[in-house]
Amino acid sequence: MSSSVPAISIRGLSKSYRIGLENAATTFREALIRKATLAREPDTTVLWALRDVSLDVARGETVGIIGRNGAGKSTLLKLISRITWPTEGEIRLYGRIGSLLEVGTGFHPELTGRENIYLNGTILGMRRHEIARRFDEIVAFAELDRFLDTPVKRYSSGMYVRLAFAVAAHLDPEILVVDEVLAVGDAAFQRKCLGKMGEVAREQGRAVLFVSHNMLAITSLCRRAVLIEGGRVTEDAAAGSVVQSYLNSLEPIAAVSLADRSDRRGSGALRFESITVRNVTLGGGLVRSGDDIEIDLAYRSAQPTLRNVHVDMVIHGPFDEQLAQLSNTAQRGVFDRVDGTGVFRCRVPRLPLEGGAYRITCYSEVDSDVADWVIHAATLNVEPGDYFGTGRSNFEGQGHFLVAHEWTAGR
Amino acid sequence: MSAPLHVIRPAERRWIPDFAELWAFRDLMIALGRRDVTLRYRQTVLGVIWVVLQPMIAGGIFSVIFGRVAKLESGAQSYFLFAYAGFVAWSGFANALTRAAASVLGQGNLVTKVFFPRLVLPISALFSTMVDFLVGLASLSVLLVVMKPPFHLQMLTLPFWVALLFALGLGVGTVAAALSVRFRDVQHALPVIVQLLLYASPVAYATAVVPEAIRGWFLLNPLTGALDGFRWAVLGTVAPSAASIAITVAGAILALIFGASIFARFERQIADVI
Repeated sequence: MSSSVPAISIRGLSKSYRIGLENAATTFREALIRKATLAREPDTTVLWALRDVSLDVARGETVGIIGRNGAGKSTLLKLISRITWPTEGEIRLYGRIGSLLEVGTGFHPELTGRENIYLNGTILGMRRHEIARRFDEIVAFAELDRFLDTPVKRYSSGMYVRLAFAVAAHLDPEILVVDEVLAVGDAAFQRKCLGKMGEVAREQGRAVLFVSHNMLAITSLCRRAVLIEGGRVTEDAAAGSVVQSYLNSLEPIAAVSLADRSDRRGSGALRFESITVRNVTLGGGLVRSGDDIEIDLAYRSAQPTLRNVHVDMVIHGPFDEQLAQLSNTAQRGVFDRVDGTGVFRCRVPRLPLEGGAYRITCYSEVDSDVADWVIHAATLNVEPGDYFGTGRSNFEGQGHFLVAHEWTAGR
Repeated sequence: MSAPLHVIRPAERRWIPDFAELWAFRDLMIALGRRDVTLRYRQTVLGVIWVVLQPMIAGGIFSVIFGRVAKLESGAQSYFLFAYAGFVAWSGFANALTRAAASVLGQGNLVTKVFFPRLVLPISALFSTMVDFLVGLASLSVLLVVMKPPFHLQMLTLPFWVALLFALGLGVGTVAAALSVRFRDVQHALPVIVQLLLYASPVAYATAVVPEAIRGWFLLNPLTGALDGFRWAVLGTVAPSAASIAITVAGAILALIFGASIFARFERQIADVI
């Protein structure tokens, strides 16, 4: 497969939105008044979602697109998908394009699995006879043959996603554009889809553009990655190094200040001032499963020294359930004597939390008397990471904890 | 290096839709139309009953108010049959209009997630209107068989009048669909306008009862010729004049051209504004 055959060629692509436009002239009356009074366009701010982007993708290439939320990744995909039009620049597409910006676009809950396969397939740009030809393959891939004539409103969310992916996985375009859709679905099926996508790119010489926040998915699927920051391409190189510089670019989480929190309890013998989370392995603020992290609790008190100090943090899950307690008393015993103002540092080697958002409650006692207690002091956003050190991602939504373990088989 | 299949450049102002592209997406048009019909008639009994009940009720009310109370002449065998036929024809127009008008805003998630010529949406909305219309027409023919008005050869012209009604509805509805994305008050104004049109057109009364002084203005409404023609074909009432037919045909063609143009003009902004 020659890598010089172009699939996508983008030159000087820019897209601006006028903020405030939708509020400004959405009724006839206002538009007419503006025309009548010869008023100029109202004060609108021009926001450049994408600025002067140039990019070439060859057949057989899978390119990962990474960047923070709002960096312009989705705008780029929408422009390539012809959902919206550029303000400046040009995109040349050398082949049919299939976009997967959402799982199950156009699915209707009242329609059966069979009906939705045809509807969704046509919406994604397949001809009816193409779907008919690949229908059995799609059904087999989704593993849902028994529920084909059941309305999808009766499907579990897992079944729904499987059906949606199965249709998408059988798109046959020369260029495939995939947005953050792999964040849902069960682990085994996600792997199947990732495998299918990789296979599509390598063996059939297609070009795949893949947006994800899952850095492991990016590095395992793409050889090349593009970093978009503030609407511009700031790096375009081997996936590994782009991912690394993206992770480095994430500033350490600014310390969450607790000084102004009034919803706290305790005597005030000491007060938490801030929480700072640091990734020791990466040396940044990105918290990732499997990395060593440190959490600093800065505190202050009126005393020069404090004696007999207990401190702990409780980690809450999405339903506010208490998942774990990190307590100095349990781990080493109370601090006999600490400075009146300073930092409690808690080191968590090989963070065993799944990707997701967790909340932290801070608690302390001085001389067995509640000193400070801040419920939900900070949110801990954990990115999925390579906990097992095998180069495989752990998948979100399969529990909260990663447990070191080993499988064997025998008889 | 081969030529690119698509070149995407900043949207130019255009007034003519890309018909070749529209044709390439005919499967989608049919699939969306099929979906609407399936969803409407899935609970089969209710779906059909509503479609038949509407002209029944309207025909009943109109024949009491306009036939009995106002004692207007319909020129047909019975005022009920006259009003019933009028309402079936009217629904064809009104449904084509309102469903086309709602088609784009109602499917915002498709518009922001997938590419297709947006004109697919108002056109595919016509499918369910057609099916509803056929059900209404079937109920009308049952009435005809029961009430046995004389058979007319002009019944063969029926498709012509129906096509005019659909064209008028689709054309105006497509303009409304395009404008409603930019101007949200369109969707609030539309039901009022449709209601006004119902009474400004010969649905509940015959064109013949309109006073001579304003009849000229009345005939300028392109719906007049189509509704009169429809009833002439079905019931053998007074035929529309040649001038009236000409106005209707011109109106229908203009509505379609105007609808396609306005839509093409706004089409590329839809995903940004919706």
